Amino acid sequence: MSIFLLKRLITLIATLLGASLVVFAVLEILPGDAAQMLMGPDAAPEAVQAMAEQLGLDQPAASRYWQWLAGLLHWDMGNSYAYGSPVSELVWERLSVTVPLAVLAMLLTAVLAISAGVFAAAHHKRWGDVGIMGLAQIGIAIPNFWFAILLILLFSVKLQWFSAGGFPGWSEAEGGGFWPALQALLLPAVSLAAVQAAILARITRSAVLEVLREDFVRTARAKGLSRGAALRRHVLRNAMIPVVTVMGLQFANLLAGTIVVENVFYLPGLGRLIFQSIANRDLIVVRNCVLLLAAMVVVVNFVVDMLYAAIDPRIKAGDI
Amino acid sequence: MNTRPESAAPARAASFARRALQHRSFVLGALLSGLLLAAALLSFAWTPGSAYEMDMEAALQGAGGLHWLGTDAFGRDVAAQILIGARASIAVGLIAVGLGMALGVLLGLIAAACRGWVEEILMRLADFTFAFPALLSAIMLTAVFGAGMVNAIIAIGIFNIPTFARITRASANAIWARDYVLAARACGKSRTAITLQHVLPNIASVLVVQATIQFALAILAEAALSYLGLGTQPPQPSWGRMLSEAQTLMFQAPLLAVWPGVAIALSVLGLNLLGDGLRDLLDPRLARER
Repeated sequence: MSIFLLKRLITLIATLLGASLVVFAVLEILPGDAAQMLMGPDAAPEAVQAMAEQLGLDQPAASRYWQWLAGLLHWDMGNSYAYGSPVSELVWERLSVTVPLAVLAMLLTAVLAISAGVFAAAHHKRWGDVGIMGLAQIGIAIPNFWFAILLILLFSVKLQWFSAGGFPGWSEAEGGGFWPALQALLLPAVSLAAVQAAILARITRSAVLEVLREDFVRTARAKGLSRGAALRRHVLRNAMIPVVTVMGLQFANLLAGTIVVENVFYLPGLGRLIFQSIANRDLIVVRNCVLLLAAMVVVVNFVVDMLYAAIDPRIKAGDI
Repeated sequence: MNTRPESAAPARAASFARRALQHRSFVLGALLSGLLLAAALLSFAWTPGSAYEMDMEAALQGAGGLHWLGTDAFGRDVAAQILIGARASIAVGLIAVGLGMALGVLLGLIAAACRGWVEEILMRLADFTFAFPALLSAIMLTAVFGAGMVNAIIAIGIFNIPTFARITRASANAIWARDYVLAARACGKSRTAITLQHVLPNIASVLVVQATIQFALAILAEAALSYLGLGTQPPQPSWGRMLSEAQTLMFQAPLLAVWPGVAIALSVLGLNLLGDGLRDLLDPRLARER
C-alpha cells in the first residue's frame, strides 16, 4: 500500500509541475507581450515599458517561472492588476463560494444518480428503467447553463421562491448567514448536478446490472437472501468502483461547469473571477486560478485512486 | 442466382439498412441530426425573417404571426437566428472534431504500432491533458488568443485529440494482437502498411461512434463559450449567445430563453442517440445493456 501511495504521490507532483509549466507557457510566453495585453493595444509605449518592469517581464522566463512556483509554496500569487489586491486573498474569498457549490453539486449528483441508477437496474427492462434512462438521455443533452436559466425562469421569475442570482455571503454580520448562503447555492448546484447525475445514473445502472449477473450474487440469492438484501449487501459495494471513478472525472467537469454557472447566477466564485479577469486582461489572476482549478482536479483524482484501494482491497501497488 | 463475391456488399448494406430502420434510437437520432443539418442548409436559401436587420418597432414580439418564434430586443427574427445558429454549431462541431480526430487517431495509431516508450510517452501526455477540463482550457486559450469562432474551434479541437488518441490506441492494440496481423507481419508487411490496411479499417466503426459523441460535446462546448461571449461573435447568430442575451430579458420575454436551448438540446440528443444506435449497429458486441 505504501509503495502504491508513493507512486501515486510522485505522479501527482509531476502532474502538478507539468500543469504549472503549461499554464505558465500558454499565458506568459505564447501571447508575446503580456504588458501590452494588460494595457490594451492603444497604450503608450512608455506606459507598456513601465508595466513590463513592474510585472518583472524584463527578467528571463525561467526565472519568472521559478519565482512564481516559489511564491506559490508560500501561498503568494502576486498582486492583481485590476483589483490592486493580493491574488491569494481574492482566490481565498472566491473559494468560499466555489468549493461549497462544487461539493453540494457532487452530493446532489451522487444521491440522485445512485438511487436512480440502482432503481433502474432493479427494474431492468420495465417502465421504471425505461423512464429513468429516457430522462437520463435528455439530461445529458441539456447544457447546464440553459438548465440554470430554466430554473431561474421557474423558481425566480414565476414562483419567486429563490432570488435570480447573487450571493449574500456566509457571515451573518454582513447580511448573509449559513441558510441564506446555502439557499443561494441550491439552484446553481441543481443545474450543475442534473447533467452529471444523468451521466452517472447510466454508469450506475450498467455497473449494478453487471454485478447482478455475477455468480456470488446468484449464490447469495440461493442462500435465501431477498433481491433487495443482495443488492444492499453484495451488489452495491462491488458496483461502486466504476461509479467512484466516474465521480472523480465528473468533479473536474463540475469545477469547469462552475465557470459558466457562476456567471448565470452572478455568484462571486472562482469561475466568475477567472471570467472577469479575462475581461480585465488580468492574466496574473487567470494564471493562478486556472492552475488552482487544474490542481483541484488532479488532487480529486488522486483521492479517487486512494478510494479505489479502500473500496477494493484487491487493488494494490502496480495494479494501476 | 448471382453468387459472385461482389454481390455481398449490396446485400450487407441492405441488411444494415433493415436493422438500422428497426433500431429506435438510431432512427430518432438520425431524424434529429438530419433536422439540424436541414436547418443549417435551409438557412443558406431561406429564413422566415431577417436574423440581422434591426427593427425596433417589432422588438420583443411574441411567437406567431409573421415571426414564428417572435423577435428579440432588436426586432430580429428568432426563428431565423435559430436556423442560422445551426450553421455555427455544425461548423464548430465538424472542424473541431475533424481536427481532434485527425491528430488523435494519428497519435493513437503511432502509439499502437510503435509500443514501448513511444506509447508510454504519448499516453502519459494524453492522461496529463485530462487535468485541464476542456471548457477551462478553451476559456484559457480564448483569453490569450482572443474570443472568436476560429479560436473556439481550435480550443475544442485540441481537447478532442487525447480522447481520440486513447480510444484509437486501445482499439488498435486489440487488432495488433489478432492472428491475421501476425500473418501479415510474417509476410513481411511494414508497420505502416499493416496500420493502413488492417488496423485502421477495423477500428473505423469505433471511431465513427466516438466522433458522433464528440460532435455532440463540441456543440455543448461551443454553446457554453458563446454564452460567455468567447465563441461565435456578433452579428453571426449563435445559440449560446442568444441565451445570454435572452437572460437579461427574462421578465419581459421568458420564451426567448427557451428556444435556443431547445435547439441545442435536440441537436445534442439527436447526435447522442445516433452514436448509441451506430454503436449497436456497427458492432453488436459493443451493444450496451438495454
